[in-house]
Amino acid sequence: MTNSKTIVLVGGGHNGLVCATYLAKGLGPAGYTVQVLEARDQIGGAASTRCFGQDSCKGGFRVSAVAHVLHSLDPQIGRDLNLANAGLDRGPAIETISLGRNGDHLTLSATAVSGNGLSKVDIESYASFKNEFRSYAKALKPLMTNRPPRLKNMDRRDLITLTQLGWALRFGLGANSMLEFLRVGGINIYDVLNEQFDSERLKGAIAADAVIGHHMGPRTPTTVLTYLHRLQGELHSPQTLPPGGMGKVTEALAEAARIAGVHIRTGAKVTRILIRDGSVTGVALDSGERIDTELVVSNADAKTTFLKLVGTQDLDAMFAHRIRKTRTNGTVAKLHLGLKGLPEVNGMSVAQLGQRLLIAPDMGYVEHAFNHAKYGEFSEHPVLEITLPSITDASLTRDGYHVMSVVACFAPYALKTGWDQGREVFADRIVSLLGAYFPGIASQIVARELLTPVDIEAQYNITGGHWHHGELGIDQSFMMRPVHGAAQYDTPVDGLFLCGAAAHPGGGVTGVPGRLAAERILALSR
Amino acid sequence: MVEKDHFRQVLQHSPFHDRIEEHNLIKNWMSWNGYQTARVLDTLSAEYFAIRSGCSVMDLTPMEKYRITGPDSLAFLNRLVARDLSKLKPNRVTYVVWCNDDGKVLDDGTIFHLGDAGYRLCSQHHQLDWLLISSQGFDVEIAEETHEVAALAVQGPTSCAVLRAAGIDGLDQLKPFGIQYTQLLGFEVMVSRTGYTGDLGYEVWTEPRHAVDLWDAIFATKHRGLYDVRVIGLDALEMVRIEAGFIMPGDDFITAETAVRADHDRSPFELGVGWTVNLDKPYFTGKGALIKEKSSAIKRRLVKLVVEGNKPPVDSFLYDAMKGKRIGTIKSQTWSPILKANLAMADIDYINGKAPREIWAEIYYQKELTWHATWARTTVSEKPFWSHPRKSATPPGPY
Repeated sequence: MTNSKTIVLVGGGHNGLVCATYLAKGLGPAGYTVQVLEARDQIGGAASTRCFGQDSCKGGFRVSAVAHVLHSLDPQIGRDLNLANAGLDRGPAIETISLGRNGDHLTLSATAVSGNGLSKVDIESYASFKNEFRSYAKALKPLMTNRPPRLKNMDRRDLITLTQLGWALRFGLGANSMLEFLRVGGINIYDVLNEQFDSERLKGAIAADAVIGHHMGPRTPTTVLTYLHRLQGELHSPQTLPPGGMGKVTEALAEAARIAGVHIRTGAKVTRILIRDGSVTGVALDSGERIDTELVVSNADAKTTFLKLVGTQDLDAMFAHRIRKTRTNGTVAKLHLGLKGLPEVNGMSVAQLGQRLLIAPDMGYVEHAFNHAKYGEFSEHPVLEITLPSITDASLTRDGYHVMSVVACFAPYALKTGWDQGREVFADRIVSLLGAYFPGIASQIVARELLTPVDIEAQYNITGGHWHHGELGIDQSFMMRPVHGAAQYDTPVDGLFLCGAAAHPGGGVTGVPGRLAAERILALSR
Repeated sequence: MVEKDHFRQVLQHSPFHDRIEEHNLIKNWMSWNGYQTARVLDTLSAEYFAIRSGCSVMDLTPMEKYRITGPDSLAFLNRLVARDLSKLKPNRVTYVVWCNDDGKVLDDGTIFHLGDAGYRLCSQHHQLDWLLISSQGFDVEIAEETHEVAALAVQGPTSCAVLRAAGIDGLDQLKPFGIQYTQLLGFEVMVSRTGYTGDLGYEVWTEPRHAVDLWDAIFATKHRGLYDVRVIGLDALEMVRIEAGFIMPGDDFITAETAVRADHDRSPFELGVGWTVNLDKPYFTGKGALIKEKSSAIKRRLVKLVVEGNKPPVDSFLYDAMKGKRIGTIKSQTWSPILKANLAMADIDYINGKAPREIWAEIYYQKELTWHATWARTTVSEKPFWSHPRKSATPPGPY
């Protein structure tokens, strides 16, 4: 086999690029070449920049495709891969503003909250709440930034991780905080926030952060955990809007990969991972091309990897069944609006409009929005996360025009009526909700597109269109992500590894699954 | 199919029930897969000797039966079971075991290649859920047909002669594990030369609506004074299946699906049915685990033991010497009238991949309600305890 020293990365999203770069640095000197095969014509996957509007990219609008706020890219990756040298620009730091209809907006930073009508107690509680929860997030860090430890047949690395976790929980937090963490760790954010705050707007905004991207409402158990997952990013860097959109971030990752010697091919769709006698022998592309290799790292979600690319006939039946039973239906739609002129919000400056804006007026609103998703309907009153990146980034469109990027929850993948029927209805509903906060916005819209989970699935090759490649429920996290038996990046198939959001610690533009997968492969190759 | 109020009858009646009830003098019923099934009908030894020396009939309807059809049937079954089925020809039957992901046995059974009509899988325990789980990614249809097929096991030296006299033609050339179809009184019956007795015998399959006619045709040979034909119950079957060395999932070992404790489930190698495992064929569930298991010395085995003396080694512990170290237990046992020996299936620990040099059973037995203990030396038998040339002779000799 001429190419036995080729490593194939399936999927050029951010985790795939990160993993490829680490592998090229680690195994390049041993004579391995690393190839990234991306099915789309553009690298980055869901972390890319896309065009919409009549003239497409010429005179039209450009916007971050799925992920639009950078808040958790692992700083260790930045250092290890020298991303600054590769042109990474995180962009301006932004805060979160929860919109009120009458100008009573709340501004939430990592440490403080301000806004009309907030009580002094709530303002103080917010600071101590964030402090406490950041310390919980920090205590979980050994778990979130390491390979998830096995609980059976532990090796040294597993023991170290568990020891670090135990140490961080007991001595990092201290006895009282640890007890409180153990109390809230498995419960829902609704109860916790009711204990902490009076302001409905404040509770709504925090609750939204706990459930955006998940098939969960504030009352769903384990939403404290999803909130802590989100806070991981706050431990090291502010949330930012990357100039040129999220595609620029993955372009920098691709540049770092190229510098490390990685070959990146776009428009190269892998249709099959070839297996003989339980071991990887290569990949087949839709062009008919075959690449021989003994090592394939899949950045695709677990269902795509195992059920489509590998196929059940080469897997144990119960393993395949467990993969099939993972919950991977997305619940988020993305609305992109091309606007003539900048929309106005009562009592907000242009600078404020450039922040991350939330429409989540209270926890009941968020819970009701979620209720619809349980029954295969989109929310009557959706929870929205809005950015206007063109305010700080003129490259996204022409003078006098603006781009609005809206994450809309909840939009269940398996919509009862089907998305062909529902797409425009839901888009209209979001626009009409926006109109209540941005008066006159409807008349400013010159272009719009709605990416439903079905569209995200089709366009970005993610089963169910799920942002996290599968729910971050506690039963699909840590040593059970995506399922036990494949939770340490290696899989039952010899030579096949997972490196994407389907693996621990899950989704978000973190790069951590990619880094940990590479570390695992390098450790096994020694 | 399921009628209103069906649940009021706790045990179902097979299509042969009315006939069996006439023969069941002592009304010793039990449940087999939810069917009312005779344990013993009259006299156990008479039923036993019908199998070994005459012709026995047993209702097989309760046995789990599944029909697999569709373009991927062979690929699906080959991924399900440890044996290579690619060589199984139409109208042939083979014995198989299947495993979970860990290479531990879920059940055993037989697969019938029915030609264009697909495959029939017969199993000891209910397997529909596992078959459906295993079918993901395969273009197959799986239908349970337990209740849609009536079947009789006709076993014993005179079974061929009885079936011939009953009007079933062409059995002379039917080889062991072969299938043939024939007309009887205007309806179709399928006959397979298969069984659980280790002797000459057949299984006769038909639609439930013809069940009584089939039964009557067979028993007419008895009423005409040609042959003795006797209905048997599960107790007699248990005796002969141990003689024949066939394992019984759930009795000789805990099936992997029901095992809770670690190390209580068993692999095909540990059950002595490693000969049905083909590690050279394409992937099947458990293959990875079985390859791994093969790379180290076997830890334990289900073995066939001949136990000396005349005391039945019921549930006995086994030791590597008289009063030595405990190494296992008896799982099932019988007195074999034809071999005049105590025979047993036993689960024992191996040392460095080998059976202990000596195996002793500690046997507790009663005399007039007073318990006694004794020791008996045992010998491992690699071959079935009972085998007879007529089992495989084609044509079977005249008896």
